[in-house]
Amino acid sequence: MTASPPATLDAERFDYLLRLADNGLVLAQRLGEWVGKGPVLEEDIASTNVGLDLLGQARLWLAYAGDVEAANGSPARSEDDLAYFRDSADFRNLLLVEQPNGNYADTIARQFLFDQWHVLLLGQLTLSRDDRIAAIAAKAVKEVRYHVERSADWVVRLGDGTPTSHSRMQAAIDGLWMYTGEMFSVDATERTLIDAGIAADAAALQQTWQSLVRTVLDEASIVVPADPFMQGSRSRGGKQGLHTEHLSRMLAEMQVLPRSYPDARW
Amino acid sequence: MVTGIATNRLPARNDAAESAILAAIWRALADVADPELPTVSIVELGIVRDVARVGDEWIVTVTPTYSGCPATRIIESDIRTTLAAIGENVRIVTALAPAWTTDWIAPEGRQKLRDAGIAPPHPVTREGWLDSQPITFARSRPAVRCPNCGSLKTAELARFGSTPCKAQYRCGECLEPFDLFKAH
Repeated sequence: MTASPPATLDAERFDYLLRLADNGLVLAQRLGEWVGKGPVLEEDIASTNVGLDLLGQARLWLAYAGDVEAANGSPARSEDDLAYFRDSADFRNLLLVEQPNGNYADTIARQFLFDQWHVLLLGQLTLSRDDRIAAIAAKAVKEVRYHVERSADWVVRLGDGTPTSHSRMQAAIDGLWMYTGEMFSVDATERTLIDAGIAADAAALQQTWQSLVRTVLDEASIVVPADPFMQGSRSRGGKQGLHTEHLSRMLAEMQVLPRSYPDARW
Repeated sequence: MVTGIATNRLPARNDAAESAILAAIWRALADVADPELPTVSIVELGIVRDVARVGDEWIVTVTPTYSGCPATRIIESDIRTTLAAIGENVRIVTALAPAWTTDWIAPEGRQKLRDAGIAPPHPVTREGWLDSQPITFARSRPAVRCPNCGSLKTAELARFGSTPCKAQYRCGECLEPFDLFKAH
């Protein structure tokens, strides 16, 4: 049976689990938008397989979030309840993953910037004192190692490809760069959980991430943007429920069926 | 389905009848084919982790391969159907840890994959310390042997194939395309 989590910090833990879950859920939905219209068949399949892994991970995180909430006396919410019946202000994903697919360079750039962070974060979470977080992370990190290899390869293929693919990849990185600061921001919720040995210290990953990303961008002949305004540690963003306009439009499509037909089953 | 990390189990009673049932359950499980790779069984793939008697029921511990693998639920229902024939009270428990790895695929399973034209996974070498290494395009990639002609002159066509657990390759010698079971 389930190893029972320490009965403290449930509010923070619930919020943190939503952050982990919503990154996967939202990005999986975005990747699903490529179904049937990927640039080549192999990439159509690859995008959706990556999405499938992320969705599977999101389900594990959401199920745990529901259990934490229920243990705290709230009515139990299932993974589906949490995915389909929260509004955008209750989503805790990074702004990066909700950005629209754009062209394929935009999709790949978003994926690489996220994957490279995700693999580092999950690696740290395998050491969490919360056994269930550590177990989910240990499973997910194996999948994400494969994701980052693919997205890094495509950043190089496109960046170091034709003049058109190069300029699109450069524009994609330039456009998304400002959203990467948020990945390393640590607010009070995370600080409390880091001190308890439950969450990973995202701020401590920033230097490693930057150096790994720079190496790949260099290889792709992409210029690393000079630090522009970044959604960073002193501002609030997706992790606090303040989203770009893109999220609610995406959720409208993602949630319409279960909200219109709450008993729908397939 | 119960999702958990490990089963708390009582020591199995060691009488002959119980061993016979245990053996029968394992035999039955060895006949449950993976829905997406029907040439290998879920036991050969290392999906069944444990069978143990707890109180008046048998706990079958399984572990999912990939988090989002669509076969997971089908596998559970196939296990239920197969074990219903034995007439014992069976409960399926899903254990997340330790995480499934292709290193658990038995040698017979590897041979069956090869016979079906699927290159078996190489040993998992991508350990955690590599996470802080940059993923350069020029990194060394594992040599994959063609399951049809045995040549090592093979190239990756796509990172993903017909199922989440496979990648697409092509042999430069016999020119046949084939699937690689990804090391995981």
